[in-house]
Amino acid sequence: MVAPGWYMALAAALFLVGALGLLIRRNALVMFMCIELMLNAVNLTLVAAGRALNDINGQVAVFFILVVAAAEVVVGLAIIVSIFRLRSTASVDELSEMKG
Amino acid sequence: MNFEVDYLALAPELVVVGTILLVLALDLVLPRPRKYWTATVAVAGTALALLPLAAMAIEGTTRSMFDGSFVVDQFALVLKGLFLIAGYVVFLMSHHYIESDRYYQGEYYLLLLASILGSLVMSSARDLIVLFVGIELTTGPLYMLAGWRKGDVKSNEASMKYFILGVLSTAILLYGMSLLFGLTGEVTFAGIAEATAGRAGEPLLTMAVLFMIVGFGFKVSAVPFHFWAPDTYEGAPTPVTAYLSVNSKAAGFVAMLLVLYLAVPDLSQVWAPALWVLAALSMTLGNLSAIRQNNIVRLLAYSSIAQAGFMMVPFAAAAVAGADLEEAFSATVIYMVIYAVMNLGAFAAVIAGARTTQSGEIPAWAGLGRADPRIGVLVLIFFFSLAGIPPLAGWFAKFVMFRSVIIAGGTATVVLAIIAALNAVVSYYYYARVVKTVWMDPATTDLQVQEPAGSLRLALGVAVVLTVLIGLYPAATTFVTEASKVLATGG
Repeated sequence: MVAPGWYMALAAALFLVGALGLLIRRNALVMFMCIELMLNAVNLTLVAAGRALNDINGQVAVFFILVVAAAEVVVGLAIIVSIFRLRSTASVDELSEMKG
Repeated sequence: MNFEVDYLALAPELVVVGTILLVLALDLVLPRPRKYWTATVAVAGTALALLPLAAMAIEGTTRSMFDGSFVVDQFALVLKGLFLIAGYVVFLMSHHYIESDRYYQGEYYLLLLASILGSLVMSSARDLIVLFVGIELTTGPLYMLAGWRKGDVKSNEASMKYFILGVLSTAILLYGMSLLFGLTGEVTFAGIAEATAGRAGEPLLTMAVLFMIVGFGFKVSAVPFHFWAPDTYEGAPTPVTAYLSVNSKAAGFVAMLLVLYLAVPDLSQVWAPALWVLAALSMTLGNLSAIRQNNIVRLLAYSSIAQAGFMMVPFAAAAVAGADLEEAFSATVIYMVIYAVMNLGAFAAVIAGARTTQSGEIPAWAGLGRADPRIGVLVLIFFFSLAGIPPLAGWFAKFVMFRSVIIAGGTATVVLAIIAALNAVVSYYYYARVVKTVWMDPATTDLQVQEPAGSLRLALGVAVVLTVLIGLYPAATTFVTEASKVLATGG
């Protein structure tokens, strides 16, 4: 069996990749995928911790996070579509009507 | 495990769920000109949900369910009351605003009710999973509501910015929670508090707490996690902005306080300095940025960032000084309740005033006081209350804040108090500027007075009565203090 610490390290790496991607990439869809990556890092941490502690709560939390993440994907894609209809672009740099 | 369901404890949530389903069904069957019935049902449902709350408040016992994951104590009751009444006032503000434009009424009320349901659940959460579901149900519908004017680029931008940063904050918050679970093996606040006792200084535990503070920082739009707020507030429809700045911010605060106070009180040497910095930065940057604003909604956005800083002061000060958190906790909650009342009023006055001035730019509001003295007086009352001028409710909020800082004592606390005092002075400037424009500047255009709709008048009435009443008779908020103490003793 692989020690749980390795899963935690993998999750931390995934979280970091997601966070960096969110900061660097400017396409709304890609930013969105990065956020999903971060949420999956959370899931991996919870599952690994739940397994290591022999505690079912970790897995239960993952179910809730999956459902909430799915709902948020729906909302996010709807927002991207409504922006795309007006401006034909999914780049967030174009969205700068308001400043200050 | 105990899976018995206490239906009275769940009654407010159940009533709101029933209202959501009813609004959904009505929206389906009603012809377009009759859609306003959805608003009536939503308002009635919110008012109805207050009845079981009142029943439980009179009874006065604490109800606990699902192994202590869902607790209805006096503190939860006060917060649920706050969320329902604030939601009720927002419905009244929305009614005419949404009807007069080509908005989708049914879905609008449905989503707002869903958000209220989330904040009700969250008030009772004493467990990380319930807290997470509650706070996400509170913010999820708001991403859509912020972009409600689909044909308006600003509204699109508002919802996109809010969404990306909202979901990012959720991911960060969750990562902190997952680490906390991994390190303690507990999800209930009580269990975590037990498991973390005496473990301050462990690096991973420190990281977990800091991640959660960053996540909550986004939710309450504290500096330096505030940059989404002004754009989202400006682009969203104004009643939604009122809801964002009151319910959504209060929900974030409650979640943060519950976690810090109930789950990780022993790690206060980690989160107290972080909270201190957040409070100082939010007050200073919020107020200084508000001075430069010409759009009244953006001004209120920065003002709400600054007010969030003031709200954090008692709790941060007491934690830094190592003083009793109970007093500070109730001070923060009282500040939050008073802020909710006067900020809702300010937004209602802005909606009413903008109908006459046809503009959100402050210079265009010149002469409003002469053209329509009633709206002028309301603007004066709410903006002076936000500034903290007696005898309006805001002074008592500021008084409670400074009192709890003095009780705490200590050098770091005194520094924070000085920063807060300086900021209170700065805030007079921009609040008074709006009032001066409304009352003293000559009108630039011929203002056509527009009567506010009946529901908006009711919203203004509720807010102005509460603002003046709390200001003249602050003892009216004693029950909030008492209720916070029930939580403090773990009741």
